[in-house]
Amino acid sequence: MKKNLGIILFVACWIVVAVVGCKPDPSLDPQQDNGGPVAFEVPQGWPQPVYTFQNNVLTQDGFQLGRKLFYDTRLSRDNTISCASCHQQFAAFSHLDHPLSHGINGLFGKRNAPGLFNEAWLPTFFWDGGVINMENQPINPIENPVEMDETMPEVIAKVGADADYIKRFKAVFGDQEVNSQRIFKALAQFMGAMISSNSRYDQYARGTGSLSAQELNGLTLFRAKCGSCHKEPMFTDYSFRNNGLIPDASLNDSGRAHITGLAEDMRKFKVPSLRNVDLTRPYTHDGRFNTLDAMLEHYRTGIYQSATLDTSLRNGIQMTDNEKQDIIAFLKTLTDTTFVKDPRFAEPK
Amino acid sequence: MRTKTKIWSMLSFAAMVALSACHKKDETTPTGKVKLEFFNVAGGSNLNLNNQWYTNANGDSFTVSRFNYYISNVSLKSANGATYTEANSYHLVQQEDLTSTSFDMSDVPNGSYSSITFTIGVDSLHNVSGAQTGALDPVNGMFWSWNTGYIMLKFEGNSPKSTQPDGKLMFHCGGFSGANSVLKTITLNFPQAIQVNTSTPHVHLQADVLQLFNSPNKIDFSNLMIIHMPGADAKSISDNYANMFTITYAGA
Repeated sequence: MKKNLGIILFVACWIVVAVVGCKPDPSLDPQQDNGGPVAFEVPQGWPQPVYTFQNNVLTQDGFQLGRKLFYDTRLSRDNTISCASCHQQFAAFSHLDHPLSHGINGLFGKRNAPGLFNEAWLPTFFWDGGVINMENQPINPIENPVEMDETMPEVIAKVGADADYIKRFKAVFGDQEVNSQRIFKALAQFMGAMISSNSRYDQYARGTGSLSAQELNGLTLFRAKCGSCHKEPMFTDYSFRNNGLIPDASLNDSGRAHITGLAEDMRKFKVPSLRNVDLTRPYTHDGRFNTLDAMLEHYRTGIYQSATLDTSLRNGIQMTDNEKQDIIAFLKTLTDTTFVKDPRFAEPK
Repeated sequence: MRTKTKIWSMLSFAAMVALSACHKKDETTPTGKVKLEFFNVAGGSNLNLNNQWYTNANGDSFTVSRFNYYISNVSLKSANGATYTEANSYHLVQQEDLTSTSFDMSDVPNGSYSSITFTIGVDSLHNVSGAQTGALDPVNGMFWSWNTGYIMLKFEGNSPKSTQPDGKLMFHCGGFSGANSVLKTITLNFPQAIQVNTSTPHVHLQADVLQLFNSPNKIDFSNLMIIHMPGADAKSISDNYANMFTITYAGA
């Protein structure tokens, strides 16, 4: 009996060692950099993310490699444009005041650069949802002729010729081979770890902060008039809808139908999250509205009727001027200043 | 102290059992290889890229500049019903790169095999599982970056019947879900069973490009000349190429 107990204790010790030894360091803080695994923590009250890092274990080194790639202009053909050129941290990684973004040689795309945050929760990427895994997203801006206009073999060659990158690839992946899969997995580590969950609204929801009477009234109105599509806590239901914009003949963007080929998806676009919305102007897939007021005025008086218009918008969204101002006051509580000033996501020194 | 000794002896015993189990397995289930070789043809002649004219079932003449397809999840069925499935089984066959037209399947348990099963294309799971490498690396030009999914079969060429600039033909067939999925899993019986043992049997698979445009859906190049996304057109070509393979040889 005593001997059995000894064996049990021996095995138990090893289990403890194994578990404790694998416990991730829950920090992406470069000051505490040990290179190792990092815990991905789901904010309180949020659903589980779509991207789970199951096949791409989040590590300090992997995150930092992705961060370096995100800010590296060598991902573009003429070495002038990085991901961060159109995704600026102070604008919650959107492109402030740019309805459409310009790529190399000043060429313009046809869609507004969205903010980047809480990417791990996205079931699809881009306004038309054409990409369904975060790791498959970056190849599009890299190879798009009006964005970075580079080829992956060229990116691999440039990255593979840089001694600092070689050191980093070896640390993350065990050897120095640079290939597209490793580049995309590293970028997914950086972008997937960019969580924005500390707005004044979040603090209110967690019971650690308060909102003004006007903001609270705005929240009540928002839930009644906007919340069916812009669902809490992500402030989107990730669906594709036609929100009644007058078609822009010069862009001729079919939206979701470009992917599905279905007439019923004509000019439907993904419902964007409204987190950090005050920082991500201009609004809509082609960036046609410069202010929150103009965006809400569209819903009140500007709905363009068409076959694929969302049924909830047939009569627009009724609101008084005061109600509109209260909703805007609430929307501004969705700004996460911690996130946009977080040094972990800033350009590496 | 006595307990410690006991533990060590138990651990060594466990290690011995584990090692001898592995060893025994090697002895009882020897494995060998099977070589798969793909031969792309157009009717009765070998497929030549760019400078040879062919005629489809509709009577339209055409040339071929590119012919690529994925072969995945290859398995062999033995005479006694057991199945061998190749691990990490993703292969891109490209007519322009003859090193890609054959490969060895290894760790095949010795025995007699009567048929082969494989998917033309890449299974749906690997279309949605994020960044891939090897045959599935997007640098191979067989991945739609803007509309996630692999191009399962890529045929490019020219025909005077095509109204595209330079008479371009471009059939990029993909789509892994729903009614327009182009994924085709086919089984072909060997003319005679192959024996896997110390020698490596060869299997010759012939793929006929004419069958892309033949049956059940006869293609008229003046009506269909470009496919660049999933849909009914890609589906109709896939219904045709599901019938393009024949086994011309299986043996030592």
